[in-house]
Amino acid sequence: MTKELFGLTPSRRAILKGAGAGLLTAGFAAPVWSQSAPIKLGFQLHRTGIGAAYGRWYERTAQAALKVVNDAGGINGRPVEIVFEDDGTDPKRGAEVVEKLVSQAGCDLVFGPLFSHVVIGTAPRAAELKVPYLVCSEGYHVASGMLNRWTMQPGITDVHAQVSSMAPWVLANLGKKVTMVFPDYAFGHDHRDFFTAAVQANGGEVIAQIAIPPTETSFTRYLPQIPADTEVLYHVMVGPAVLTFVKELGEFYGSGPRPEIFGFIDSLEAVDTASPGLEFLEGTHFWEGHNRVKQADASEHETAYRAAVGVDDNGASLSDAKDVATYAHMFSVWETLHVIKAGMEASGYQSIADRQKFVEAVEAMSDMPASLAHVQGDKKFNGKTHQVFGHQFISKVEGGKLMRVHTTSLEDGMYEDAVDYTSQSF
Amino acid sequence: MSASAKSWALHLGLIAVLFAAQFGLPSYHATNVSRIMVLAVFAMGYNIAFGYTGLLSLGHALFFAAGMYGMGLPIWTLSWAPIPALIAGLVAGGALAGLVGLLALRTAGVSFMIVTLMFAQAGYLTLLYLNTHTGGDEGFVVDSAARVIAGFDLSTDAPRYMAALILFATAMLICLWLVRSPFGRVMVAMRENEQRSRMLGYNPFRVKLTALVISGLYAGIAGAAYGMLFGYVGATFATIQYSILPMLYVLLGGAGTVIGPFLGALLMFYLIDITSGYTTAYLFVVGAALVVLVLFAPKGILGTIRERGLKWLP
Repeated sequence: MTKELFGLTPSRRAILKGAGAGLLTAGFAAPVWSQSAPIKLGFQLHRTGIGAAYGRWYERTAQAALKVVNDAGGINGRPVEIVFEDDGTDPKRGAEVVEKLVSQAGCDLVFGPLFSHVVIGTAPRAAELKVPYLVCSEGYHVASGMLNRWTMQPGITDVHAQVSSMAPWVLANLGKKVTMVFPDYAFGHDHRDFFTAAVQANGGEVIAQIAIPPTETSFTRYLPQIPADTEVLYHVMVGPAVLTFVKELGEFYGSGPRPEIFGFIDSLEAVDTASPGLEFLEGTHFWEGHNRVKQADASEHETAYRAAVGVDDNGASLSDAKDVATYAHMFSVWETLHVIKAGMEASGYQSIADRQKFVEAVEAMSDMPASLAHVQGDKKFNGKTHQVFGHQFISKVEGGKLMRVHTTSLEDGMYEDAVDYTSQSF
Repeated sequence: MSASAKSWALHLGLIAVLFAAQFGLPSYHATNVSRIMVLAVFAMGYNIAFGYTGLLSLGHALFFAAGMYGMGLPIWTLSWAPIPALIAGLVAGGALAGLVGLLALRTAGVSFMIVTLMFAQAGYLTLLYLNTHTGGDEGFVVDSAARVIAGFDLSTDAPRYMAALILFATAMLICLWLVRSPFGRVMVAMRENEQRSRMLGYNPFRVKLTALVISGLYAGIAGAAYGMLFGYVGATFATIQYSILPMLYVLLGGAGTVIGPFLGALLMFYLIDITSGYTTAYLFVVGAALVVLVLFAPKGILGTIRERGLKWLP
């Protein structure tokens, strides 16, 4: 059936002609790059080593964001390229990789690393090379003042803010007597320190802190240490051990009464929550940096992002339902690339001589409204501490899926500045 | 030309080439060579224990990390000046090697490997456990103000290269002197035939302990220098990987040769650097290269060259 359009009744031939013309026009509308050389962005990628599961998805996300940026005209009218280099998730190699990207590949800046030890091991070299280094690490090492003026984290909230912002809801809804189970090294200690402080500030009490040595493969001897009057069990195990931990926790409590359970999704990034052995997670809560399962109120930007990075509504790859994304973290790559675009355009970036101007332009940023550039939600960037603050999500496992039950405000996670990088010299 | 003169010409020539290289190499490769020279000092120390004395250790990461933290912690917590901090790193590596040696040298062969591996793993876990004092798995940045020696800022390229070269040259010349000294001959005697050396009146325990302490001093100063030159101290450097790397450098370059560790470190560094650009399985390539080496040149590159012609190579 042919519908009348604006009083005209087009024939099939006319429609085909029109469609053909439209396609041609669309072809012409694609960016026509000037003769100028592309902007080269270096990506320090955890392609191998312990960060490989993240690295695989970070690379896909970076490629998807790159396509969006180039389709929209690139940066300052120039096409953008990303040069990926594997750092083996190793701090020594990380510093070498940054140098290779900058000195050999001629990259304008470097971004993308997640693991804290790689970031801390690399940041000094980035400062020596005077190259902007935008990390997607969520570590508190940027805002703590440990690093330098060239290192910034504009794409993801740090662990200090994440953990602190969770506490009010956990105490109000799950219980006030908390037992924490965490790995006995820096990552776990960050959770221990920040969450304990936030619990105390909100009228709760951490009644036990159970630190698990990093070499443990079984947790049965630690579980009896959980006090019987525990109302909330907070866990943040990582790596392969998490599956054993959850399974043994299930065996420990059996079908009897158990405390409410709250965990960080870091435990289960790239792992299907409906996996055999994880049934015990049903009804428990998790922090998520970005909702893995598409929620009913997902924005158009979120929908577009999910399609662009090739993730289905359950948080797995469109091409392989068993390939679960590191969805709670990988948005940081997308958003960081868009911050790079905004920063370069605000500073009129033309060449590596403008690197300092770029850093100053990013430092001048503040409000970042929700948009295709900020698909996880609106954010506020603190130019002094080089750290961004965003919303955090608490989800409940229902039917094996993570369904959001709470969204924190930006203010929930904010804390006093520990550094003013803008007062440091370049 | 006498063997001694050839030897001096070769080693001093290498130092001269490395000195000249900083003016000709692109900055990326110049920094890489800085790293390689420091890592070669670590491997030279390993070579003193393994290549010359026959002590196959799997725990040298402990001594490297001891040097790194021995330098870094006094700067981080007590704001020490760089020279005393470097000396602290040197001493920490040697002292820990002595301590480990006192216990581990009661064993030999495979048992020695396992005991040294256990000590190194215990050291690594201690660094994680004492997170509050060591920075744990994340490590910490060495303050740039503490990286200036006599007005030379070691966070800048030229002074860093020269510092690495001075360290490398000093370590190599001491090593050359050591292996040609009477004690160096005794080390080799221990490696070749411990029973016969004992019959000749040498105390194997004392000789091996001394060699291990010297080896630890090399590892310690290398760790301290690496942390100071590149601005980072972290527990990763205490992992098993950093016990295996010097062994690979030595095996590749030639165990029991003075320049072998440098050659091995250089080749291994660039083997990883180049192959990682083509495949994620670059460690497989490294492994395959080593299998080929063990099959066709078990004495390493310089060891094979010495066997087939340059008998004077120390």
